[in-house]
Amino acid sequence: MDVSQYLEIFLDESREHIQNLNTQIMDLEQNPESENTINEIFRAAHSLKGMAGTMGYKRMQTLTHDMENVFSEVRNGNVKVNANMIDILFQCLDALEEYVDNIQSSADEGTNENAPLIKLLNDLLKGDKAEEAPKEPVKENTSETTVTQESSQGGKWNEINLDDSQRRVLCEAASQGKKVYGITVKIQESCILKAARAFLVFKAIEELGEIMVSNPSAQDIEDEKFNLDFSLICITDKPLGDVIKAVTNVSEIEDAQGAEVDIKSEEEDAAEAVAEATEEPEPQQKQLPKTPETTPEVSGAAAKPADKKAPATKAVVNRTVRVDIEKLDSLMNLVSELIIAKNSLVSATTSMGNTGSEFNEQVEYLESVTTNLHESVMKVRMVPIESVVTKFPRMIRDLSKKLDKKMELYMSGEETELDRTVVDEIGDPLMHLLRNSADHGLESAEVRKERGKPEVGSIFLDAYQDGNNVVIEVRDDGNGIDTDAVKRKAIEKGIITTEQADSMSDKEAIDLLFHAGFSTAKKVSDVSGRGVGLDVVKSKIESLSGEVEVKSKLGQGSTWIIRLPLTLAIIQALMVTVGGEKYAISLGSIQTIEDVPVSELKHVQSEEVIHLRGSVIPIIRLSDVLDVPSSKGSDENLLVVIVKKGDKLAGLVVDELMGQQEIVIKSMGKYISKCKMISGATILGNGEIALILDANAIM
Amino acid sequence: MEELKEVYESNQYIVIRIGEEQYGIDIRYIDNIVRMQMITRVPKVQSYIKGVINLRGEVIPVMSIRIKMGLDADEYTKDTRIIILRLEQQGNIGFIVDAVKEVVTLDSSQIEKVSYDNKSDKQNFINGIGKYEGELISLLDLNMVVGEKE
Repeated sequence: MDVSQYLEIFLDESREHIQNLNTQIMDLEQNPESENTINEIFRAAHSLKGMAGTMGYKRMQTLTHDMENVFSEVRNGNVKVNANMIDILFQCLDALEEYVDNIQSSADEGTNENAPLIKLLNDLLKGDKAEEAPKEPVKENTSETTVTQESSQGGKWNEINLDDSQRRVLCEAASQGKKVYGITVKIQESCILKAARAFLVFKAIEELGEIMVSNPSAQDIEDEKFNLDFSLICITDKPLGDVIKAVTNVSEIEDAQGAEVDIKSEEEDAAEAVAEATEEPEPQQKQLPKTPETTPEVSGAAAKPADKKAPATKAVVNRTVRVDIEKLDSLMNLVSELIIAKNSLVSATTSMGNTGSEFNEQVEYLESVTTNLHESVMKVRMVPIESVVTKFPRMIRDLSKKLDKKMELYMSGEETELDRTVVDEIGDPLMHLLRNSADHGLESAEVRKERGKPEVGSIFLDAYQDGNNVVIEVRDDGNGIDTDAVKRKAIEKGIITTEQADSMSDKEAIDLLFHAGFSTAKKVSDVSGRGVGLDVVKSKIESLSGEVEVKSKLGQGSTWIIRLPLTLAIIQALMVTVGGEKYAISLGSIQTIEDVPVSELKHVQSEEVIHLRGSVIPIIRLSDVLDVPSSKGSDENLLVVIVKKGDKLAGLVVDELMGQQEIVIKSMGKYISKCKMISGATILGNGEIALILDANAIM
Repeated sequence: MEELKEVYESNQYIVIRIGEEQYGIDIRYIDNIVRMQMITRVPKVQSYIKGVINLRGEVIPVMSIRIKMGLDADEYTKDTRIIILRLEQQGNIGFIVDAVKEVVTLDSSQIEKVSYDNKSDKQNFINGIGKYEGELISLLDLNMVVGEKE
């Protein structure tokens, strides 16, 4: 089967399942008795196994299968959850992730059998159920037994391929006195929602037992990739009649046949299996007469409610569509073009003067449509940061073990949404900050006790939206940043001189942390402190047009605040002119606009400042910064745009205000990258280019 | 323009004039030739970058090859053109030339390689000299022209 077209979906879904497993196993560690959790785990592992099997990734399938065995035992209460088991399971998840990574890079799962892990898993089972141990070794010749015999009619379940791991489970079930049935279900030709019917059949059987394998696979059935019939093998302790009845109770099922499958004989001798198969039809035939009788009346009665249910099930499946991010990008570009075209139309109407209200109305209408269109496209691109942060609890747990510190991660605001491109990029910086908090921030349990803090350190990850920004805070209740230690280290590394250190404020000292090649960790661990880190974090976030800020109180902990813009491509901006040139300033960074008489300009340390509503704000003359002569006389009032960067304010002096406008950010290409003050360019309605000032870089 | 990529051995060059000299640019690297238009200055960049232009909705940097070669500043006339190059590494970039003359086809026998021991400034921008109907055409080494070195 050519499965390459499903590869991407497989990768996406596998990652989802693995992530889900990570989260749930964490949960299981906390609540070992929680039935919901173990069921959820079991489901995820089961889907993962099925997917890996369908895609032909045998090793991955085997590993998940063995994990599933453990979960199954836990669910049945035969094995108790303990720390050792959780550790092994996490290792398995890591191994699975490795498989997925390999598959992503080379479409091949790699050759790592992970035999030691599988052994550990089996040991877990053995620990409690010694009598089953002898069955665990992998049989050599059963690995891909296909039962090819065609029984006279209906016995299509015999065509199902069983791999050795599945076979093992079947044997195990049989040895526990459970029955293994093969069932073939035929759906009425007139049935419209075959997949929905099949789903109901699966559900019905799963209420009685466990579905081991189906042909076609569950995924294919869900996607309606089958004709009128499908087969499955299930394990249950109910009699066959009950199972068949449950199946035929689903409406629009033409008939269902089944028989007990004798696994042992297949396993022992293939030839015997053939012989057996010829005998098998008999019990089927006995079952057969019953089914046609029950079907019509039941289906008649159940048709209506089931009909209502089926579309609902369908709808749940189809509610989301996976779209290639590139397609969204091109859609976004088109919307950008549309906005530029709209802007030209607007500027054309203003230059034409009075052109009749009808025309203006239409232009305004167009304007509102494009704005809404833009918002909708932006929303499509937004994803909750959840996808990134869910892996952190697991990471903190591992770190806690590795560093031998007790710590707990508290997260909030996982549902906060950000542009997909930003979300993809933000994972690493956040991980770094968390590691930093865990490694450098939190003290060891003894020190914490001495200081009267709870022994278990806390790390908080909070995300929330703040106007046009999204703020992500990483906070810990650890030691905080020792600015003196930072300064000492900086002097040692030759980053600053002793004199510089003495005159440095605490804030400036903290900023040193972002200096390339700086690390205060006294000992280098493999967790953090390799000297690459915070500077990378900073540059990464700045490349996303965001900013990082640190607040720290020695002895009480520190807070790292990341501020990111909601959107990247289209922003609301204030258009200004400086010396006849047009510039755009992002509205997001503007606080207020002030008209300041020259007489109010004060000088502090020969820098120009103004005193505004209680705060002293430094003045930056854009004409100086941008190397253009101001078009205004020196005695005229200053037009000051007050911009904000974190807590800092600054006043940018401009010549004229042109008004607010929605602008599309265009990159100026790699060739012009030296100018930090300019974050990009935009095309105005009349085709002119205006540069976008990065207020953060100017301050 | 695409199918011209197929032509090898003999290459097509666009002949341009900068000052009194004629230069040839390999046509495969040329995306577009546009008339002089308003260039938006970008502050604090290399002196030879004149600014950016709007080319059908794209923002493209424009440089002055004259300034880069150490010649007098450009004088814009009705013949002045901006040649837009399409480069893999740097993306699109435009440079100003005094005039665009013609397209010529040169095969390798008509091209004389230039040795690099000559250290004069101009020499660095050329990787060959083409001989065409009794005239000499300096073939621009585009990597040197758009390279970061001043």
